Amino acid sequence: MNSLLDARGIGKRFGGVQALKDVSLTIRAGEIYGLIGPNGAGKTTFFNVLTGLYAKDEGEVVFAGVPLKLGSPHEVARAGIARTFQNIRLFANMTALENVMVGRHLRTKVGVGGAVMRFSKAREEEAAIRRRAHELLRYVGVEHHAQKLAKNLAYGDQRRLEIARALATEPKLLALDEPAAGMNATETAELRTLIEGIRADGVTVLLIEHDVKLVMGLCDRVAVLDYGIKIAEDVPDVVKRDPQVVDAYLGAGHG
Amino acid sequence: MGDCQPIIPAVDIFLQQIFNGLTLGSIYALVALGYTMVYGIMGLINFAHGEVVMIGALTALATAKALLAAGVPPPLVLLLALLVATLVCMALGAAIERVAYRPLRNAPRLAPLITAIGVSIVLQQVAMLVWGRNYHSVPQLLPAGSYEILGAQITEVQLIIMAVAASTMLGLMQLVNRTRLGRAMRATSESPAIAALMGVDANRIIMLTFVIGSGLGALAGVMVSANYGIAHYHMGFLLGLKAFTAAVLGGIGNLAGAMVGGLLLGIIEALGAGYIGDLTGGVLGSNYQDVFAFFVLIVVLIFRPSGLMGEKVAERA
Amino acid sequence: MSPRHRAFAGTALIAIALAVLPLVVGNTLGNTWVRVLDYALLYIILALGLNIVVGFAGLLDLGYIAFYAVGAYLYALLASPHFGLHWPAWAILPLGALVAGFFGVLLGAPTLRLRGDYLAIVTLGFGEIIRIFLNNLNQPVNITNGPKGIARIDAIGVAGHPLAKPLEAFGVTFPGVTLYYYLFVLLAIAIVFVGIRLQDSRIGRAWVAIREDEIAAKACGINTRNVKLLAFAMGASFGGVAGGLFAGFQEFVSPESFGLLESIMVLCMVVLGGMGHIPGVILGGLLLTLLPEAFRYGAGPLQQAAFGRVLLDPESLRMLLFGIALILVMLYRPAGLWPEARHRREFAEKK
Repeated sequence: MNSLLDARGIGKRFGGVQALKDVSLTIRAGEIYGLIGPNGAGKTTFFNVLTGLYAKDEGEVVFAGVPLKLGSPHEVARAGIARTFQNIRLFANMTALENVMVGRHLRTKVGVGGAVMRFSKAREEEAAIRRRAHELLRYVGVEHHAQKLAKNLAYGDQRRLEIARALATEPKLLALDEPAAGMNATETAELRTLIEGIRADGVTVLLIEHDVKLVMGLCDRVAVLDYGIKIAEDVPDVVKRDPQVVDAYLGAGHG
Repeated sequence: MGDCQPIIPAVDIFLQQIFNGLTLGSIYALVALGYTMVYGIMGLINFAHGEVVMIGALTALATAKALLAAGVPPPLVLLLALLVATLVCMALGAAIERVAYRPLRNAPRLAPLITAIGVSIVLQQVAMLVWGRNYHSVPQLLPAGSYEILGAQITEVQLIIMAVAASTMLGLMQLVNRTRLGRAMRATSESPAIAALMGVDANRIIMLTFVIGSGLGALAGVMVSANYGIAHYHMGFLLGLKAFTAAVLGGIGNLAGAMVGGLLLGIIEALGAGYIGDLTGGVLGSNYQDVFAFFVLIVVLIFRPSGLMGEKVAERA
Repeated sequence: MSPRHRAFAGTALIAIALAVLPLVVGNTLGNTWVRVLDYALLYIILALGLNIVVGFAGLLDLGYIAFYAVGAYLYALLASPHFGLHWPAWAILPLGALVAGFFGVLLGAPTLRLRGDYLAIVTLGFGEIIRIFLNNLNQPVNITNGPKGIARIDAIGVAGHPLAKPLEAFGVTFPGVTLYYYLFVLLAIAIVFVGIRLQDSRIGRAWVAIREDEIAAKACGINTRNVKLLAFAMGASFGGVAGGLFAGFQEFVSPESFGLLESIMVLCMVVLGGMGHIPGVILGGLLLTLLPEAFRYGAGPLQQAAFGRVLLDPESLRMLLFGIALILVMLYRPAGLWPEARHRREFAEKK
C-alpha cells in the first residue's frame, strides 16, 4: 500500500475542549479521500492542524515518507500540501492572475537583487510564473477573468481561483475545505469534474465536505469524525452502512 | 552618586518610589481606560485622547482661576472646575467621534488613525493659541499636608489622587458589568452587527464610550496638573503615549488590564528612575526614565503578544 | 509616434524639467526655495522607504524616523570633527543603509508576529528609545554629544568637490543647494526605480499578499516572517540613506530632528498620497513639504495685509491647517489623494 500521508494520534485541545482526540488516518497516493462528520466534529480543526495553522497538542504526521513540520504553514506547503479555505481566502485586491502568481512564490527564487536588476534569469523566471499562472487559470476555467480583481469574481469562480492558486504551489496533496459550500447543483457537478481531473493528473485530494452525496460519489475512501474522534474509515459503501456513522448523523439531528 | 551605597536599597527610598509610582500609575490607568474602552469597542487607537486630557487640565485651570478671582471658596472651586472640565471634555469626545471617526468606520484601518493624528494636532494648536506656550502653575486647591510612613513621605494630594482613581475605576467596572448600558457596550464590542440586531443602537453606544472615556480623561488631566502643580499645552502628548503603552501592556480592550497596566507602568517608571543610576553604576541616569516604559512594553509584547491580561486570539482559519 | 517613442519622449521631458527646475526656482523664488526642494526630495526618499513597509507589506510602523536617525548619526560620527573622522560620503551612505537595515531586522525579528496595532506601538516605542539614547549618550562617554547635537559635519563630496560649495560650469554658477538637488534627484529616481521593480516582482507580490491576507499567504508557502523582515530591512535602509544625506546636507544633526512628529509626518505623506502607490507617495511627500513652507512664508505677510497685523502665530496656524487638512483628506479621500487604481475601485464599490 502506497501511503502518501500518515497522521498518527493527532490531538488538539482548545482550553478545556478536546477538539481532536487520537485521530489517525492514512491517505494513499492518487486517491480522493473524504473527511466528513457533523458540524463541530473537528474536520476543519484537523485540516488546520494538518496544514500548520494550528499547533497540534499530540501526534505526528508523516508525509511522503518524511515527518511533516506541523505548526509552520509555509513548511507544510513546501513539503507539498496545498489547501483552500472554507470561507474563501483570496487576496481580494489582487487580480485573479496575481493570486495564482503568488502561489508560485514557493517554487521560484528570484531575490531583491534579481528583481531590481532584472537579469535574464529573473526575466525568464517571471515569464514562467506568468505562463504557468495562465495555464492554471485555464485549467480551472477562469482564464477569461485573469485581469479582474479577485473580489469581483462570482462566488463559484472564486472557489475555482482558490484551487488554481493552491495548484500553483505544485502540491502532492490538495486539501479542499468544503469546496462545494454554497454552490448550486450545476456548479457542484462542474466542481466534481474538476476534482476528478486534478486526481487524474496525479494530485492526491483530501476533501472535507458537508455534502455527503458529493463525498460518497466522488471519494475512494472516507473517514468520519464525530466529537473529535474518528469513528469510521473505509470505502463509501461500507461507511454509509456503519451504524456508528448513521447514529452520529441522525443522532445529532443532521440529515 | 552613591558608590558606597548598600546593595539592598533603603526601605524609605524604596517605599517613596512605590508611592510616587502608584500616584503616577493611577493617572496612567485613568487615561489608559479612555484608550482601552475606545479600542475595545471599535478597534481604533484614539490618538487624540492625550490631547483631550490636556484640554481637560487647562480648562479646569482656567475655570479655577476665574472662580478664585471671583472669590468662590477653594473646595467649591475645585468641584466646579472639575465639573466644567469634565463637561467640556465629554462634549469634545462626542464631537471628535462624530466628526473624525464615525464617517470612517468602514474605511481602511489607517484612515481613522490619520484623522486621529489630525485631531490631536488641531487640539494642541488650539490650546496653544488659547493658552499660549507657557507653563501655567496650578493654584493649590487640595490640602497640602503629608504623612510619613517608614521614612517615606506621602502627600495628601497623592492619597486623594489614588482614592479618586480607585473609586472611579470601581464605578466604571460596575457600569460596564452591571448596567444595561454596560451590557450594550460589551455586546457592541463583540459584534456591532449582532448587537444592532438585538436592538442596540451602536452609534449611540460608541458615542457614549467616547464621552465616558473623555470624562475620565478630564479627571486625569486635573489630577496630573494637581500632582505636578503645572499645566501646559504640550502635556497631553507624552502622557497619552505612556497611557496607551499602559493599555497595551495590560492587554488593550480589557478594562482591568488598563488599570493593572497603568499602575505597573507607574511603579516601573518610578523604580526605574530611582534606581537606574545604581543599577548601571552611574552609566545611565534618571533621564532615561522614559525609556523604561517603552522597553518594558517591547519585552512584554515579545513574550506575551496580547498583553498581560489580554485574551489569546486564535487566528481564525 | 509609437508608444515606445512616446514613452521615451515623456521620460526626456521629465528629465529636462527636473534638471531645469532648480535653476528656474533659484532665479525666481530664490535659493531658499531650492533648499526647500532639497528637503522635499529627502522626505520623498523617506516616504518611499516607509511605503515599502506600510504601503506594500501593510505593516504599520510609527517609529520609522529612528532609521533616518541612525543613518544621520552614522554620517555625523564618521565625517565630523567630533571623533576627528572624515570618511567620504560614498563610503558612509552604503554603510548607513546596511546599519539601518540591520536595525530594521533587530527591531523586526522579535516583533513582526505582533498584530497590527501592537506592532505600531512597539515601533513607536523603539523610535522614542533611539531618540532618548541620542539625547543622553553624551555621558559617561560622549558619543552623540547629547541634546547639543553634532555640528561642522563634512558636506557630501562628489568627485572631490564638496557640494556645499558653488560650482562654475558651462558658464553658469551652480549654488550648493542646486548641486545637492541634483544628487538627491538622482538618488530619488534610483529609489523609485528600485521600488517599482520590487513591486512588480515575486517579492512585491508576496508583500501585497501578506497585506491582503496573511493566513492565506502562509498557506501559499510564503515564509511571512522572512518576507516581512525583508520589507522592514529595505524600508529601514532607505531611511538610513536619507538620514546620511540629511546629515551631510545640513552639516548638523541633533536629536530634535527625529521625534515622533517626524515619523508621523512621513506616515502622513504615505497615507495622504496613496498607500502602496509610488506616484501618490511622491505627491504626498511634495505636498507635505512644500505647502507648509509656502505657508510659513505667506501667512505672516498675508495677515499683515488683511488685518494690518499678525493675529495668529504663523507657525501655529501652519500646524493647525495641517491638522485640519489631514482630517479633511481622510474624510473625503480615505484611500489618499492619488491611490492606486485597484484601491480606487475598491472605494467606488463601497459607496
